[in-house]
Amino acid sequence: MSNIPSDLLYASSHEWVRQEEDGTVTVGISDHAQTALGDLVYVEVPEAGREVEAAEACAVVESVKAASDVYAPIAGEVVEANAQLADQPELVNQDPYGAGWLFRLRPSGGVDGLLSAEAYAATLAD
Amino acid sequence: MTDTDNLARTPLYALHLELGARMVPFAGYAMPVQYPAGILKEHLHCRAQAGLFDVSHMGQVRLAGAEAAAALETLVPVDIVDLPLGQQRYALFTDERGGILDDLMVVREPDGLFLVVNAACKAQDLAHLRTQLGARCDVDELADRALLALQGPAAGAVLERLAPAVVGMVFMTARRVDVAGIPCLVTRSGYTGEDGFEISVPAAQAEALARALLAAPEVAPIGLGARDSLRLEAGLCLYGHDIDTTTTPVEAALLWAMQKVRRSGGARAGGFPGADVILRQLAEGVARKRVGLVGEGKQPVREGAELSTADGRPVGRVTSGGFGPSAGRPVMLGYVETACAEPGTALVASVRGKAVAVTVCRTPFVPQRYYRG
Repeated sequence: MSNIPSDLLYASSHEWVRQEEDGTVTVGISDHAQTALGDLVYVEVPEAGREVEAAEACAVVESVKAASDVYAPIAGEVVEANAQLADQPELVNQDPYGAGWLFRLRPSGGVDGLLSAEAYAATLAD
Repeated sequence: MTDTDNLARTPLYALHLELGARMVPFAGYAMPVQYPAGILKEHLHCRAQAGLFDVSHMGQVRLAGAEAAAALETLVPVDIVDLPLGQQRYALFTDERGGILDDLMVVREPDGLFLVVNAACKAQDLAHLRTQLGARCDVDELADRALLALQGPAAGAVLERLAPAVVGMVFMTARRVDVAGIPCLVTRSGYTGEDGFEISVPAAQAEALARALLAAPEVAPIGLGARDSLRLEAGLCLYGHDIDTTTTPVEAALLWAMQKVRRSGGARAGGFPGADVILRQLAEGVARKRVGLVGEGKQPVREGAELSTADGRPVGRVTSGGFGPSAGRPVMLGYVETACAEPGTALVASVRGKAVAVTVCRTPFVPQRYYRG
């Protein structure tokens, strides 16, 4: 079974959200998502300063086989993207909740509508 | 994961599940797209050692009768009549406009021809063969046979252990041999650019053969995902993507498949569907050509991406593309205006609205390692 840390929030589109002490949130894709995608060969992350709406496609993860959109789990401004992924896209596979993070957002609102780990796990069980 | 329930299954279906494959619908069959190792590792394993592919979804057809070769020549721009016994050749079914209906492999056997056609085209190909050739030869679908491919630099050593009779076989030849005690038709060919074999085996013994091959320490199962990335790096066309009824063999840069004897001035020139179009294109040239392209950065460029010159003039489109795990960079096949088809030509691909630098280059993208003796 895939790893779903209980201290994170999730979107049903398989992104995770960690609320940081400085008020920003870090976003990545879940272990389930990286397993389903397979080995990544390219990751496109949003530029700092970009304003994104909730559910807006703002990053792309590409496996050998296909390119898949990653959606902003909540609205906000991109404050930083993970520059390491340009050379090491495999970090998303190896450490999806750590070194494989995608970008940080300064939320323009709350985190309403996101799922708890338990609720996200239930969506995978369907 | 259960949307494959209504699909046809190959004789290796249960083995795929046992090996942990992720099954997907492909050409009406439930097929393994990858095993637990994943596409990247499977691809690299096949280039480093040997991979086993289930390609039983493909159509196997026998044309029997003294006139089979002459009859088949009426459907393909290829020299079949002079194909020596035990030799294999790549061929194309063309239509009246010179487009490509399917690509196929042909083996000359003592009593006729053995064909392998694409899974997605096999019903149409069989109907075409029966309608056009039925009066001159028997057309039999070999539905009771499976097809396994063993590909990679270790394929020769592995198969020689199970079938000493394959020793000495070279690229594009065929032999009827026992493999692990099972009677098979083996060809030394494949779809990866590597040395290797395709093995036609009675369906009832396919799983036993697959298990015997997988028992070799060099061999790992490889899914359709890596099959696609391997063939793309080898610069080999995928029917329905790089070639179809809208592309002619000349545009598709498949002239090497058209022997001189079928071209203007040859002893059996023309006489295949679309010959007027194809022979005229051979004489006068074509407006667009299939080429290979490499990405200058890391970003994959995929099927459908538009290609243009640096100053923004559209000149073509990518028909297959992705990251080449062995090439270490994005690789593509596509069609461009003939003026832009020279290797070294710098072009721009449009990916999600962004310009990605690509360069026309020769194929294959990785060295071919066919065994020629």
